[in-house]
Amino acid sequence: MSNIILDPKHEPPGLKGEGFFATKLSDVVGLARKNSLWPLPFATSCCGIEFMATMASTYDLARFGSERMSFSPRQADMLMVMGTISKKLAPVLRQVYEQMAEPKWVLCMGACASSGGIFDTYSVLQGIDRIIPVDVYIPGCPPRPEQVLDGVLKIQELAQNESFRRRDSPEYKMRMSEYGI
Amino acid sequence: MSENTTLGDKLAAVFGDALLSTTTDYDFQVFEFHKSALRNVVIHLKEQEGFNYLTTLCGSHFPDAEKEREFCMMYQLHNFSSNERIRLKTFMSREDLMLETICDIYDAANWMEREAYDFFGFTFSGHPNMKRILNMEEMNYFPLRKEYPLEDMSRDDKDDTFFGR
Repeated sequence: MSNIILDPKHEPPGLKGEGFFATKLSDVVGLARKNSLWPLPFATSCCGIEFMATMASTYDLARFGSERMSFSPRQADMLMVMGTISKKLAPVLRQVYEQMAEPKWVLCMGACASSGGIFDTYSVLQGIDRIIPVDVYIPGCPPRPEQVLDGVLKIQELAQNESFRRRDSPEYKMRMSEYGI
Repeated sequence: MSENTTLGDKLAAVFGDALLSTTTDYDFQVFEFHKSALRNVVIHLKEQEGFNYLTTLCGSHFPDAEKEREFCMMYQLHNFSSNERIRLKTFMSREDLMLETICDIYDAANWMEREAYDFFGFTFSGHPNMKRILNMEEMNYFPLRKEYPLEDMSRDDKDDTFFGR
């Protein structure tokens, strides 16, 4: 069995010696969270098709620790909203977000989810950030799978570097109260 | 009644003055009826003339027409055995958008009448479930009436100078 060689730049700062490595608990938790994000795909249209390509073998989202799609919000960390969200669907999306356990992140893929896109019309929600807070937006109509991977890596960065209990921070509480959650 | 009598003649014989006009648009025979007769016309067409299939029904709004012809309800019927297709139309004013339901005659009319209510505000007496079908239930206007803009009205980021309005 070959030795696993870690890229030093992925290693959190700490004290290293023969057979041990000491670092902060929050760094270890961040590292674990980062590499085991469970996505909840909320795919409603063509961005969802592009997401399927991202999941499939060519682009393979599983390489980044997102092997398992969670179709229950209770066991998901990352809500991926992909596609047009109509106003009638908005309460459903909000409920799915509320059902997710902390810590949770939201990835908003494509023009429709981010801003309504070309559907500037009475029946379409003009951006999901009107109902739930969004961490990362992916531009494009639809975005390429590389962009989706980039977006997931951005979420991973947040998961690694945010404080251990983000939900206790005053900024987070303020943002949540803005949305009435 | 002879075999060669046209459908228009037959309908005129049965419904008299309630049949307001008979025209042919785009190879479709179009019969305009008085609103109060429409349900009986549909029953008659189904039971006597073999129009066994309701292809569609929909509302429309003509904001520039005279007051009594502002709103229109259109029914499209299909006779499978003779492969004949016709349209029925009835016009009405904004104050009087009540029609009789035909969803007990054709089940297909159930959701389509709800759609006509949802987008134009037509109401159908006798319909078992007269509420919005496609739009969210909190919506407080009828979005396909021409006086309402098609765009989302909640947006404040659109500066007219960038959109050429």
